[in-house]
Amino acid sequence: MAGLIYLDNAATTGVDVGVLEKMIPWFAENYGNPSSIYSLGRDAKKEIENARAKVADALNSRPNEIFFTGSGTESDNWAIKGAAFASVRKGRHLVTTNIEHHAVLDTFEYLSKNGFEVTYVPVEPNGIVDARKLAASVRDDTSLVSVMMANNEIGTIQPIKQIAGLLAGKNILFHTDAVQAIGAVPVDVQDLGVDLLSLSAHKFHGPKGTGALYIKRGTRIDNLLHGGGQERTRRASTENTPGIIGLGYAIEKAVAGMESNSAGIRKIRDAVVKKVLSGIPYSIYNGDPEKRLPGNANFAFRFIEGEGLLLLLDMNGIMASSGSACTSGSLDPSHVLLALGLPHEIAHGSLRLSFGTDSRMEDVDYIVETIKRIVLRLREMSPLYEDFVKGKKLEE
Amino acid sequence: MYSEKVMDHFSNPRNVGEIPDANAIGEVGNAKCGDIMKIFMKIEDDVIKDIKFKTFGCGAAIATSSMATELVMGKSIDEALELTNKAVAEALGGLPDVKMHCSVLAEEAIKEAICNYLKSQGKDIEAYHKCDNCCRNQ
Repeated sequence: MAGLIYLDNAATTGVDVGVLEKMIPWFAENYGNPSSIYSLGRDAKKEIENARAKVADALNSRPNEIFFTGSGTESDNWAIKGAAFASVRKGRHLVTTNIEHHAVLDTFEYLSKNGFEVTYVPVEPNGIVDARKLAASVRDDTSLVSVMMANNEIGTIQPIKQIAGLLAGKNILFHTDAVQAIGAVPVDVQDLGVDLLSLSAHKFHGPKGTGALYIKRGTRIDNLLHGGGQERTRRASTENTPGIIGLGYAIEKAVAGMESNSAGIRKIRDAVVKKVLSGIPYSIYNGDPEKRLPGNANFAFRFIEGEGLLLLLDMNGIMASSGSACTSGSLDPSHVLLALGLPHEIAHGSLRLSFGTDSRMEDVDYIVETIKRIVLRLREMSPLYEDFVKGKKLEE
Repeated sequence: MYSEKVMDHFSNPRNVGEIPDANAIGEVGNAKCGDIMKIFMKIEDDVIKDIKFKTFGCGAAIATSSMATELVMGKSIDEALELTNKAVAEALGGLPDVKMHCSVLAEEAIKEAICNYLKSQGKDIEAYHKCDNCCRNQ
């Protein structure tokens, strides 16, 4: 065994040691409440504003357009509920896609039970939404469109800039969940033309429990959290000072190192993909092969179920994830894979590998060989494979 | 999430495979839901002389198939028909709630095979005293 191999960077990443060092003094030493007037509080406030400037730099926005939150999920909830409720005079129609993260989909689901109407635009079989089809679904009473920048399961990158162009002048707020994109692909809010953008620190080697929402100047959205006057009265809660400071340093580092990190990660990902597809029969590469995050690979292996694959990979020191239902406890396979048009039984056999800055080219052969051995072993005990081999036609 | 017993039966499943001259075969579940279990038995003098399985499904589906085959191996078909999903789950040291349906499938697969056997023997299933439940999937 090659030691533990972490291939789940889309789930979370480890905090960068340099980032952690910047955070440490703000727990026990400089613990002042940033809203306090004495120096211990003022110092914290100053560092928070420093972090805000770093986030603004990373996104090409102004610092006063950046609001810190407790997570990517909170940012999504705030953007979507806040925009929907603030725009009811324009209308109650909202538009999104059918491959969004649950933080977005479930928020829309909640709104649809509370007087709003939601259109879910289906993606194409390559996992990318057609910008023109999406734009064609907006109406006079549409107040908000939300499309993720990069998908968390299959890594496909959505045409955000093109959608923003098509929505321009229609008085529709445009939100993007960029949680998976930061540090992997360029994210420039001016260039993209979005009004609202969510991000989360732990996806780019920052701490968990810290996120941010970019709110373009002049964009009216209701508050999600009510209480104190923090974040210029937009987001009540005593600031998570160490977390915010960590987010600031982490995004600065992630964006500065993006080009070289992504190039290296892409090479390793591409090597694994090539060897898996050539070495394991009846394997499918899900999502557009080109327009995707450099670290994402998503496979479906026919005739097997994903959970067994993950458990056996874990026993062999490889940490990965699946769109499989079994992990979430529901019987339905991933909504993203079904949105691509995969039949249920194939969607059940999926594997997501998400590579990161710690991934190593020398592990590629071990990774591919291990996956292959396990897939073949599970197929040996699969009645679906038996039927297939015997030439019995699979029922779709 | 899984007990040691489940992990043991999942990673070293007992009785995997097929029996070419099986005289009792049962298949339950469907691919859409993500679980299919297929049981092969060799029954002689109403005793299960050999049993094998093939399963498409999660770790719990494979472990419950393995345990169910162990529990009925060498048993008479009357004894095997008394197998319950609870007995399978208990023998595995318990299952997470969301995986209990796997133990139900294992029980059903065993009964399905025996039901098919009884039919092939020309037994009157309605009148067969132990078979209250064994053909419920048909």
